[in-house]
Amino acid sequence: MENEEIPVFKKVDKIEFNVLSPAIVKKMSSAKVVTPELYDKEGYPVDGGLMDARLGVIDPGLRCKTCGAKLKECPGHFGYISLARPVMHIKLIGEVYDLLRSTCRDCGRILIPKAKIEKCMDELKNAEMEGGLEERRRKIKEIISKLKTVNKCPYCKARQQKITLEKPTTFLENEKRISPIEVRTRLERITDEDCFVFGINPKSVRPEWMVLTILPIPPVTMRPSITLESGERSEDDLTHKLGDIVRINQRLFENINAGAPEIIIEDLWDLLQYHVTTFFDNNIAQLPPARHRSGDPLKTLTERIKSKEGRIRHNLAGKRTNFSARTVISPDPLLDLNEVGIPEIMAMKLTVPERVNDWNMEYLKKFVEKGPNKYPGSNYVARPDGKKKKITDETKEQLLEEIQPGYIIERHLMDGDIALFNRQPSLHRMSMMCHKIRVLPGKTLRMNPTVCHPYNADFDGDEMNLHIPQTEEARAEAEILMMVQTQLISPRYGLSIIGCIQDAVSGNYLLTKEAKYLRKDAIDLLVSAGITEFSKLRKKEFVTGKEIFSVIIPDDFNFQGKSKACKNCDKCKKENCEYDCYVSIQDGKLISGIIDSSNIGSGKGMMLRNIHKKYGEKKAIDMIAAMFKLGTEVLLKRGFTIGISDVDLPEEAIEKIQAVLDKAKIDVKEMIDEYHNEKMQALPGRTLKETLELRILEMLNKARNDTGKIVSEYSRRETHMLIMSESGARGNLLNLAQMAACVGQQAMRGKRIEKGYEDRTLSCFKKGDLGSSSHGFIAEGFKRGLSPHEFFFASMTGRDSLMDTALRTPKSGYLYRRLANALQDLKVEYDDTVRDSNKKIVQFEYGEDKIDVSKSDGGIIDVKNIINLK
Amino acid sequence: MSRLFKKYEEVLPIRVIDDIKDNIPDKITDARLKQILDKAVLQYESMKVMPGESVGIVGAESIGEPGTQMTLNTFHFAGVAEMNVTMGLPRIIEILDGKKNIQTPMMEIYLKKPYSQGKDIKKIALSIKETKLDEIVLEIMVNIAESKIELVFDEQKIESIGTDYSIIQKAIKSSFKNLAISKKGNVISLKMSEKEKEINELFKTKEKIKDIYIQGVKGIKQVLPIKKDGEFLIVTAGTNMKKVMELDYVDKTRIMSNDIFEIANIFGIEAARQAVINEVYKVIQNQGLNVDIRHLMLVSDTMCASGTIKGVTRYGVVKEKASVLARASFETPIKHIFNASQIGEIDNLSSVVENVMLNQPVPVGTGLPGLITKVKRD
Repeated sequence: MENEEIPVFKKVDKIEFNVLSPAIVKKMSSAKVVTPELYDKEGYPVDGGLMDARLGVIDPGLRCKTCGAKLKECPGHFGYISLARPVMHIKLIGEVYDLLRSTCRDCGRILIPKAKIEKCMDELKNAEMEGGLEERRRKIKEIISKLKTVNKCPYCKARQQKITLEKPTTFLENEKRISPIEVRTRLERITDEDCFVFGINPKSVRPEWMVLTILPIPPVTMRPSITLESGERSEDDLTHKLGDIVRINQRLFENINAGAPEIIIEDLWDLLQYHVTTFFDNNIAQLPPARHRSGDPLKTLTERIKSKEGRIRHNLAGKRTNFSARTVISPDPLLDLNEVGIPEIMAMKLTVPERVNDWNMEYLKKFVEKGPNKYPGSNYVARPDGKKKKITDETKEQLLEEIQPGYIIERHLMDGDIALFNRQPSLHRMSMMCHKIRVLPGKTLRMNPTVCHPYNADFDGDEMNLHIPQTEEARAEAEILMMVQTQLISPRYGLSIIGCIQDAVSGNYLLTKEAKYLRKDAIDLLVSAGITEFSKLRKKEFVTGKEIFSVIIPDDFNFQGKSKACKNCDKCKKENCEYDCYVSIQDGKLISGIIDSSNIGSGKGMMLRNIHKKYGEKKAIDMIAAMFKLGTEVLLKRGFTIGISDVDLPEEAIEKIQAVLDKAKIDVKEMIDEYHNEKMQALPGRTLKETLELRILEMLNKARNDTGKIVSEYSRRETHMLIMSESGARGNLLNLAQMAACVGQQAMRGKRIEKGYEDRTLSCFKKGDLGSSSHGFIAEGFKRGLSPHEFFFASMTGRDSLMDTALRTPKSGYLYRRLANALQDLKVEYDDTVRDSNKKIVQFEYGEDKIDVSKSDGGIIDVKNIINLK
Repeated sequence: MSRLFKKYEEVLPIRVIDDIKDNIPDKITDARLKQILDKAVLQYESMKVMPGESVGIVGAESIGEPGTQMTLNTFHFAGVAEMNVTMGLPRIIEILDGKKNIQTPMMEIYLKKPYSQGKDIKKIALSIKETKLDEIVLEIMVNIAESKIELVFDEQKIESIGTDYSIIQKAIKSSFKNLAISKKGNVISLKMSEKEKEINELFKTKEKIKDIYIQGVKGIKQVLPIKKDGEFLIVTAGTNMKKVMELDYVDKTRIMSNDIFEIANIFGIEAARQAVINEVYKVIQNQGLNVDIRHLMLVSDTMCASGTIKGVTRYGVVKEKASVLARASFETPIKHIFNASQIGEIDNLSSVVENVMLNQPVPVGTGLPGLITKVKRD
């Protein structure tokens, strides 16, 4: 073993942004590039070429001539080209333009008299605060033209000429070209004090550095060439571009030395300018982009950095990771809420590093013995010096002998390991939670269906990701901060985001409604739901569903709430509610009320919130799990299904519905007649036609609602469809009414359907028909079926809503991105103020009362609860 | 009892104390009340935010996440007599962008006592509405032969908005000085002076005449008197709070506009802050979503912290960021980096993205505290 190095952890403290001066470029370079050739005949990099071995290595086996390190160890080194003639820097052209226009052509001083500079500085500072650097420069121009010193320098009295910029890179003075050499000499004359007026810090950039005399060459490691299958090398876009620059530069040198005519030199100079410009940015408006031989434009420096796929957003702000997995998810109600089931193949690929010490040596050796192909085994052994060895059948024996304390063994995942589970889009922090691993047979990731809501997942083919934290710190943080039970309360609204869904809701609804069980059946039910402590159950022959539900409530729990079906009566009869809507739990006994989605559902109700507050997170998820199992078990024993007959209505109801619809039709007709006879009164601020439309719309909506009421009145209470909608498990009364009675008016953009043919919506109607059915009122229910034109109208609104969704997603996504970017650095400081990273105060107290929403009762302190408590 | 409340005002938010006042039974012993208050304090303490909590991210999540559930539908009718208002996602984007010209500016004008009971409500409403000449004429005739324009007025309309011919004549006179005006019954004829007899000019004048302002408050395009909670108020399309507040039958304390910049100009930044919160909250409630108001407060406070309303865009709030890399990672990275290099800007890596970029722990939450200890070196 070599000398064990003491690890030194360094942290970047700050980053300073500056412009490289020619001197620094030279100083930091390890090679001067003089030839456009890349490789010699043997295929080795040419000295002084663009792939010079001093610039770093990209071939395995070779060593860097500068630092001596191998591939992947050497970070690469800069080189430089000395340009035969200076060229403009395209990204700084605007600044140079401003500097030239605002300074004297002879003495280089700014065209503001000395006496007024102080005053102007204040003005400029304000401008910069308002609109940044560009605004400041604009303001300088304004001040100068206001001071009328444009024509004459206040210092040396020299006459000034008009300077214009001919895009992209040429400066003209009185229509005569100023060469970059001349530009550079002028910029050199600008004094340091004057630089400050422009908002330029002469320490970070001297104006003359904005004209390039020397060009840094990026290391080869950032422009590696790829070897094609044919053995040919394909160079990076940047290398191509640099090759062009070097070639033209050399030609320019030779021509100057040979004393070539001015025109030729000028042409080459322009060409060099073009190549340098496109090296920085290949998307300049006035320049044709440089292209490959194949015709597609080169991707040069700017394109590498910019946009979503650029370096910053793709590689720096977002990173890729190892130790992760992704597959289809499926439900498993037998798992705990904070567990995730993973297939064995996954468990054998993902590993956890464990350090060997005297006490766990034997335990860990067992994993090495099993090897990578038997579960639970291990894949790698890492020596303390960092060398990693793969475990294979051949190396196994030797490694087993070698292992001693300090070694790290990457063993397969096992039950109880920590993992992060995530589903995209990760819109809130509950989209990535910590689960405990359960290795299961099968090929999908499994989860308890109650955690679908925070992930917004379903099982129609959704895939989810799994990450395995690799360090002790990461695991601890994940477990303490991200475990499912810590995320129970949504920080968005302060109520439980995890709750019973679907079958569990309808199951508990049926159980607590009026179910009665034999005591032994009840015990059977509880046991199959995994509850073994049922001493609370009364020793009688029959027990009610409410008593069964009470078994899982803690003995000292008190709660008052309302069921979903609560009619909001004027005077609440509390426990004696005739609809059994007053949920009352006293000393752990459900006295009255039906348990439904408004109490145990996700995102609603205080019951789960109170349990969480009183008994803590562990008890809360255990209770949710128990309720969930109980609910589904009730349905398993009872049976639960829906069919078409669920939406059957008695003859009487059908007649009533028909009467409502007929009446609506006649009423609409009357209204149209009224409109045609001009007897209708226009509503204030509306035309007659608009008034008619609005009134028809109102009328038809009322008709649909009336049919809905009839449906809810006449459908049989015991149909499962109704049970689902009443318990809040799935669907609502509107869905039921649409199936049983009448789909209703199809509205597009808040109006009846009006598009289509001339004066009519479809060719099967008369021109000018304003009646209900010709403008999208669907009088038929889904069960009886739609007529062709009704079906067509339904499809119209259907497609409209699809469009809406498709257009909304990117819009809201962008809004979210902007919000997140704007607010990301706001945090609560130790003095309870909310500040940004500048330490600027945004709020003196978070939310005016310092209450953390995720710790509150729905955003407030539940005062009533405090008063009711003894 | 009130003395007891007073004592707790320092340790409990006013809202909680008010809540308790509303909910306690009428007869209560001081001891019991003290018990309740102590319990409330205990709960309040446990609910406080912890230092380091990244409230910004949580706030952004809480508004961004339900954004996907909002409708794009611009219009909203709650009944027959409702106005078109921008609602849903477009409205939220509009507010947070800090857009100066909003799609549907609106005002709610409450009235003082006798008027709020419905007295002259229609008349008041119409007098507020901006009326242009075009709206009260039946016909505009152009007499080319005599280079005359004849305006035939709608007498009923003139009466209903409560104006008369002399006002109209005055209005025309003030904007067209060189026209000879004569009136005959409900017809006003305007004769061009000899100099500008050209037909072209005649038609141009006709178009201009249509636009003459007669009466009302400028910018109010539509008025709608409605009854809400047993009180009449006027809802308008288009806003002009300054002018409306000058009218003496208007209850100045309750006038509302949905134009945030207008509010900022008249009532100042604090009012604008509240307006942003209210407007966003209104939309969110309207969509049936549940977002805690504290998140909206935070967004609104960031927008208004500088004293003017800054939109959540690269020109607004994001530009104020201290960190170069944070700005660069948002939009237009090249511009930000070049500008930073010219002033020799220093990024102190004090917020989130910069540290993500450098693979360092972020100074938020558990990343905030540091450990200082003496290390023995040998």
